[in-house]
Amino acid sequence: MAVNFLYPDYEVARNYDRCISCRACERQCANEVHEYLEDSNKMVCDDAKCVNCHRCVSLCPTRALKIVKSNNTYKENQNWTGKTINELYRQANSGGVLLSSMGNPENYPVYFDKILINASQVTNPSIDPLREPMETKVFLGAKPQDIERNEKGQIVNNLPPQISLSMPIMFSAMSYGSISYNAHESLARAAEKLGILYNTGEGGLHEDFYRYGKNTIVQVASGRFGVHPEYLNSGVAVEIKIGQGAKPGIGGHLPGAKIVGDISRTRMIPERSDAISPAPHHDIYSIEDLRQLVFSLKEATDYKKPVIVKIAAVHNVAAIASGIARSGADIIAIDGFRGGTGAAPTRIRDHVGIPIELALAGVDKRLRDEGIRGNVSLVIGGSIRSSADIVKAVALGADCVYIATSALLALGCHLCRSCHGGKCNWGIATQVPELVKRLNPDIGYKRLVNLLTAWQHEIMEMMGGMGINSIESLRGNRLMLRGVGLNEKELEILGIKHAGEGL
Amino acid sequence: MKRVYVNEKWCLGCHLCEYHCAFAGTNGKDMARSLKDIKINPKIKIEEKDGVSFAVSCRHCHEPLCVKGCITGALSVSGGVITIDHNRCVSCYTCILSCPYGAISPSDDGAVQKCELCVKTSKGTPACVEGCPNGAIVFEERG
Amino acid sequence: MKYVIIGNSAAGIGTVEGIRQVDKDGEITVISNEPHHTYSRPLISYLLLGKVTEEKMKYRSDDFYEKNKARFIHAAANEIDAKTKQVVLDNGERVNFDKLLVATGSSAFVPPFEGLALVKDKFTFMSLDDAHKLNDALAPNKKVLIIGAGLIGLKCAEGILKRVAHITVIDLAPRILSSILDDEGAKVVQSHIESKGIEFKLSGGVKTFEANAAILDNGQKIDFDILVLAVGVRPNTALLKDIAYIDRGIAVNGKSETSAPYIYAAGDCTQTYDVSSGQNKIMALLPNAYMQGECAGLNMAGGEKNFNKAIPMNAIGFFGLHVVTAGNYSGDTYFKADGNNYKRLFYSDNKLNGYILIGNVEKAGIYTSLIRERTPLDSIDFALVCEKPGLMAFTKEDRMAKLS
Repeated sequence: MAVNFLYPDYEVARNYDRCISCRACERQCANEVHEYLEDSNKMVCDDAKCVNCHRCVSLCPTRALKIVKSNNTYKENQNWTGKTINELYRQANSGGVLLSSMGNPENYPVYFDKILINASQVTNPSIDPLREPMETKVFLGAKPQDIERNEKGQIVNNLPPQISLSMPIMFSAMSYGSISYNAHESLARAAEKLGILYNTGEGGLHEDFYRYGKNTIVQVASGRFGVHPEYLNSGVAVEIKIGQGAKPGIGGHLPGAKIVGDISRTRMIPERSDAISPAPHHDIYSIEDLRQLVFSLKEATDYKKPVIVKIAAVHNVAAIASGIARSGADIIAIDGFRGGTGAAPTRIRDHVGIPIELALAGVDKRLRDEGIRGNVSLVIGGSIRSSADIVKAVALGADCVYIATSALLALGCHLCRSCHGGKCNWGIATQVPELVKRLNPDIGYKRLVNLLTAWQHEIMEMMGGMGINSIESLRGNRLMLRGVGLNEKELEILGIKHAGEGL
Repeated sequence: MKRVYVNEKWCLGCHLCEYHCAFAGTNGKDMARSLKDIKINPKIKIEEKDGVSFAVSCRHCHEPLCVKGCITGALSVSGGVITIDHNRCVSCYTCILSCPYGAISPSDDGAVQKCELCVKTSKGTPACVEGCPNGAIVFEERG
Repeated sequence: MKYVIIGNSAAGIGTVEGIRQVDKDGEITVISNEPHHTYSRPLISYLLLGKVTEEKMKYRSDDFYEKNKARFIHAAANEIDAKTKQVVLDNGERVNFDKLLVATGSSAFVPPFEGLALVKDKFTFMSLDDAHKLNDALAPNKKVLIIGAGLIGLKCAEGILKRVAHITVIDLAPRILSSILDDEGAKVVQSHIESKGIEFKLSGGVKTFEANAAILDNGQKIDFDILVLAVGVRPNTALLKDIAYIDRGIAVNGKSETSAPYIYAAGDCTQTYDVSSGQNKIMALLPNAYMQGECAGLNMAGGEKNFNKAIPMNAIGFFGLHVVTAGNYSGDTYFKADGNNYKRLFYSDNKLNGYILIGNVEKAGIYTSLIRERTPLDSIDFALVCEKPGLMAFTKEDRMAKLS
């Protein structure tokens, strides 16, 4: 046997004074970390298998468990960190590309955390959202540039199709396959209850979920899985996925092992065949090509549904967005480099793309400068963690945000970042029936509704504080933001002043 | 009347209902202290096989064969809840013979035991329902 | 409406409770030839054992009659006048009824043994008074002979073992508990009881009695100080002689009606349809008595009820070893034994007919319900249920129906 270079990153710390050997940890761990020893009526564990998902910690009825970071250390080195060394060992062992899940965890700046929000004092009144009307409703879609009149002088309704949302939040694309049926059901039911939208992702739409059509965005991605006329018409908007923040420039790969039963039917591909989404859409090599697809989809949906084009935030994002805004698309979705994924090569996830705050500010400015901001609505995503992030994003110019990681956390995700293993102990990123059943949508959808209801309240509080009573009045209102600890270039890109500067 | 209903679709087979049931029976404050080194004998029990699992406890039948068959009158119905008077039970097990759900079992005190919806131990919701992490056991009013 | 109930045990009490589910106001009269508050007959052995007190033997709470607005009369019913619809009591009083329930129970059967008259301390073991009399005769130096190794004889033996010098139990049958056990099961229980110090003489009867000894068929002589006669019981049917049809017991239908109008019967005095064997039988069992009585009460008061799922069943224990049985023992068998744990299931024609469980009796009710409901065995996982009784053996749909 070869020498194992790797020591477990985390250790299961069991308080034997509190452990009653109920075996809940053992039964709940799909990674088989825990084991019951009959002879000694004692639980033991194998730390090496632990992914630190906290399922056992959460279900232990006596709080006898916690997971701690291993303090096993290499000789300290700021350049060759333990993580770097371990990854190298892993590759030297396997010869493979490192795989990761969920969003980029590395230590890049989080610009949202360097931006502060304004509030009214004396000279302009703040508003108490508990006493005064406060509007968080938004409409997404292209807005007409001119007023049209008929020969009698009456105004003609030239409003392109719009999406109506009770608050500027949507659940972003997660395919049935990458997440479970129960996770999908939770998202769909929550969207319905909240008056917002969820997104099918590129895996097609399970027949059971057509009933949530009024709250559904259907996605068309490079693999074109599960796309057919009924599918395109089942939602209220169609999204063309060009890129994803977690893995800009590369496609997707759902292993054949997960293409079983309903998933194979929904994706319209044979069981056990790999679902490979190519890196590019093979029919799109230019904005003109994109325009063809946009109008193909509009044709297929009778021009009744807005078309969204989703791209990853990359270096040239402003120019690309400008092109999309001219392609006939109604909405541009931009996914920042912290966005999550069910599986991505680690190096891509951690080193490709740009922060969403900078991308958003750049795109919004570019579209305004070109006089085409009204052509499209802007939806941004890629690690929206709180209502404060949303308020900042809207003030930077977003019409709406996409959330996914936050939603999964509400469903129980503990960000162990092991989705690619397919054994999600929380029943989210798995297709193993015994694991999928751990997420009861009756509970899950309520937690999502709770989360977004709370966020909506907070958004209203922050808006009221600024003396703003409509989310529309906040959009692009960068005067409401100030930077802290940012250099001049960053402030310039963000289009905000530094804290301490007045008007 | 509110009853305990179980739905195997959501049962994880974690057995936590059993432990919460046993804990409720101890009237203790801390499960770790109450159940340490104890082999529990809960009134709700999980049946499991090949990935299917579900909890079984007294259904509090409208026509309770256990109560009708009880030779001592130790089992009785009060407000729809079937309760057992441990002092009057002689452990003849006629109720175990009668219960079509297998929901009555010998207790540790020489009588039999069964779910009494925690009417004697807690305040409102039965402990198994409170302790179920996945909504597989609910306490509801149904037709 | 005037309801009269003759009998104050499980069937009579069941009738009172059945009537009161429908009719809150009708007059109920309970006539009992025993002066006691309703008590549980099977507990008399526990009384001698010291496991229960007379207070704890009460089958229902002290306020039972008051709560149910029932008049209690301590008297023997001598006669039923079906024409005038009256019950004639031994004190001459006549009690009018609109509906009558006969729950007269059964009596110990005492065969005409030669020389029995010579025996001074001889007892039957059916009632609280029997228990009191026996209790008074018990002493640490006395030897007891029990005739009959059935449920009554053996429960009696268990109850008095610690209080006498020696107990011998004899029975004509080759095994103990012959009405509820098979040969092998009987051996398990017998050796357990023997290990506690009780001696058995089986496959033989008593030829004659002397004052303090029994001479057996094989000539063996057994000395005793106390004789307990537990050979069997006979239903008390005399009151309905010439009034209603009587077979071995009082014949009743599923509504507990006798062949005579307005007269119902329930409990040990009746014979009932046994769904496990398809035969009419006397099933002198407390649960059946109660349920039959309750059914009678509901029907007497104008309700609608059919007690049509009766089967023979017994739950009994001796010195901590539990025995649970039900149904009839015909057909193919599933068998498993391990030490004092013993299981035999009897099935044929896709139905479970009966079972014997000794030791581990966990979830026995699952088997009982398969017999009672005549569940087709191909609709469940029979192999699993044989091994391990539980709801798991049913289909998912059946489980959902049962649990949610």
